Amino acid sequence: MKIVAVTSCPTGIAHTYMAAEALEQAAKDAGHELKVETQGAAGAEPLPPEDIANADAVVFAADVEVRNRERFAGKPLVQTSVKRAINDAPGVLAEVETAAERGVTAAPATAGPAESVVADTAPAMATKVDQQAHLGVRLRGWLMTGVSYMIPFVAAGGILIALAFLLGGPEVANKVNGGTFEGVDYGQGVADLSKLVVQAGWAGLLFKIGATAFFMLVPILAGFIAYAMADRPGLVPGIVAGLLANEIGAGFLGGLVGGLLAGAIVMAIKRVKVPRGVAGIMPVVVIPLVSALVVGALMLVVVGQPIAAATEGLTNWLNGLSGTNAVVLGVLIGLMMAFDMGGPVNKVAYAFGLASLASGNLEVMAAVMAAGMTPPLGLALATVVRPKLFTGAERQAGEAAWLLGASFITEGAIPFAAADPIRVIPSLMLGSAVTGGLSMVFGSTSRAPHGGIWVIGLVGRPLLYLVAIVAGTLVTAVAVVVAKSIGRRVPAEAEPAVVPTGTATASR
Amino acid sequence: MADLITPDLVDLDLTAVDRHQATRSLAERLQAAGRVTDLDGFLADVRAREAQMPTGIEGGIGIPHARSAHVTEPTLGFGRSAAGIDFGSDDGPADLIFLIAAPEGGGAEHMNILASLARRLIHASFKEALRTAPDPEAVVNLVKKEVLGQ
Repeated sequence: MKIVAVTSCPTGIAHTYMAAEALEQAAKDAGHELKVETQGAAGAEPLPPEDIANADAVVFAADVEVRNRERFAGKPLVQTSVKRAINDAPGVLAEVETAAERGVTAAPATAGPAESVVADTAPAMATKVDQQAHLGVRLRGWLMTGVSYMIPFVAAGGILIALAFLLGGPEVANKVNGGTFEGVDYGQGVADLSKLVVQAGWAGLLFKIGATAFFMLVPILAGFIAYAMADRPGLVPGIVAGLLANEIGAGFLGGLVGGLLAGAIVMAIKRVKVPRGVAGIMPVVVIPLVSALVVGALMLVVVGQPIAAATEGLTNWLNGLSGTNAVVLGVLIGLMMAFDMGGPVNKVAYAFGLASLASGNLEVMAAVMAAGMTPPLGLALATVVRPKLFTGAERQAGEAAWLLGASFITEGAIPFAAADPIRVIPSLMLGSAVTGGLSMVFGSTSRAPHGGIWVIGLVGRPLLYLVAIVAGTLVTAVAVVVAKSIGRRVPAEAEPAVVPTGTATASR
Repeated sequence: MADLITPDLVDLDLTAVDRHQATRSLAERLQAAGRVTDLDGFLADVRAREAQMPTGIEGGIGIPHARSAHVTEPTLGFGRSAAGIDFGSDDGPADLIFLIAAPEGGGAEHMNILASLARRLIHASFKEALRTAPDPEAVVNLVKKEVLGQ
């Protein structure tokens, strides 16, 4: 049998290695092939991903958090203390054999629901959610975990929607969801899903499936940010926070905040010492219940109401600008479209575009659409020009982002923005501002509220419109590359991560 | 780099009422050898580690240890106690006590030596040889041979 193990203890100079040696000896005696990653003070040499992939089972002999445990998702797992591994390594291995035979993957924090996703992206991601690392490093690790689970939803949902536009024309969105397109009123859209294909055609089917996958973007992002922070108990409050972020229109930034909140709440609850009788129901009942309640209330009351107020304020402000300088308006719309990609600010700008379209001002709609196309396009370009600045998962997201950007599916940029908001979002805003402004300068118009490049036939001054989009795409790509190149720390290799023993001295 | 262990860091007749006293006794030898700069500071660090989880393991072994700013060189202090000293292992007191001192900012080279020392502690032959070592020099030679391959 092939086994991989991780050993880890508080100081990382003694028991980590003793446990490793004990397991290796016992495995040799039992005729197993066992490889150990010692997460100790000498620096952990990570297990090769192919060894993890080939392993029949995983052993964690650890008294402190195992770092990067998501690498082992979906494998039969036995968790024990370092001491038990030292004292009774053959017994531990016997448990491993049983677990592997039964294919038990129910142990904590393995068996992610998106198991194959982890297997595909995790080795390339190099997330370091190291318990002792700086908060910034851990934060990035948490965000990257959430993003890695979200990317397949973005790609699958976005490509389905783009295909729907290609096959059924941009009006497919209105056939399914209602509203007017090119003067045709589709009413409420498809009310009864059993009539979906009849009313909206096969393109409508693609659109509906894609939109459903898209609906899960924010819940998955939030859920797996919390999961990265607090393991499986984090999933419930994280996903609830993400769903509520959808409901209150807080967008992916709301989901990001909600996921972090959910993870932090679960981490806090886990610190509470409870009687043995209650401990058994903590992970299944108490933690999900309490944490979902707390984070849900926070999202609805503390986050939701200010967002509603801000949305209203922004809308009024933008409406008040209607008569002003068209170029300034285009720049502002560009900034807003790229700020949160489907979040409240983006929605205000988009709604303003729709309202302008309804009142016959087609230039604003054109600026809105163009500015919403450049974020994914610019990022896709950046991943091609400077692939080293991006993780493997991001590069894959970049490939899909070409199609999503061309289809005016701004959400294609979310994985990049969620993973590194401080650097990415301003870069996207810069490019979209250029495109929005140029579109207004050129006087391009759009009679379509969505569809991107596929509705170029409904765009006035199409060639100049394309120039505006290409210009913004270039600006976005350059800005992202520059932002990611400066102030970027080289990830510390095998940095010894041990409990600073000195701090305990100070506190006594 | 100084030797991991020298004869004056070995006490084959360690007597102590408890693990704290045993640790202090060995730590004093480290201090006398200039390996520990602040005895009380170092002991506090060891105690903090011991408080997280007792370091005793089955088979009569106690491994008080710490990474500490008060340590200059990776060092092993070794004590043998005929009566045994409780280090919190379920199967009873420890008769072989290893005080492992690591400098706070120790590089990978330092840590690798301590890692291979820890790995040797698992082996029954190593423990048996330590139990029967006639004098401190024999202990030092044994450690050098087993851990450093010298």
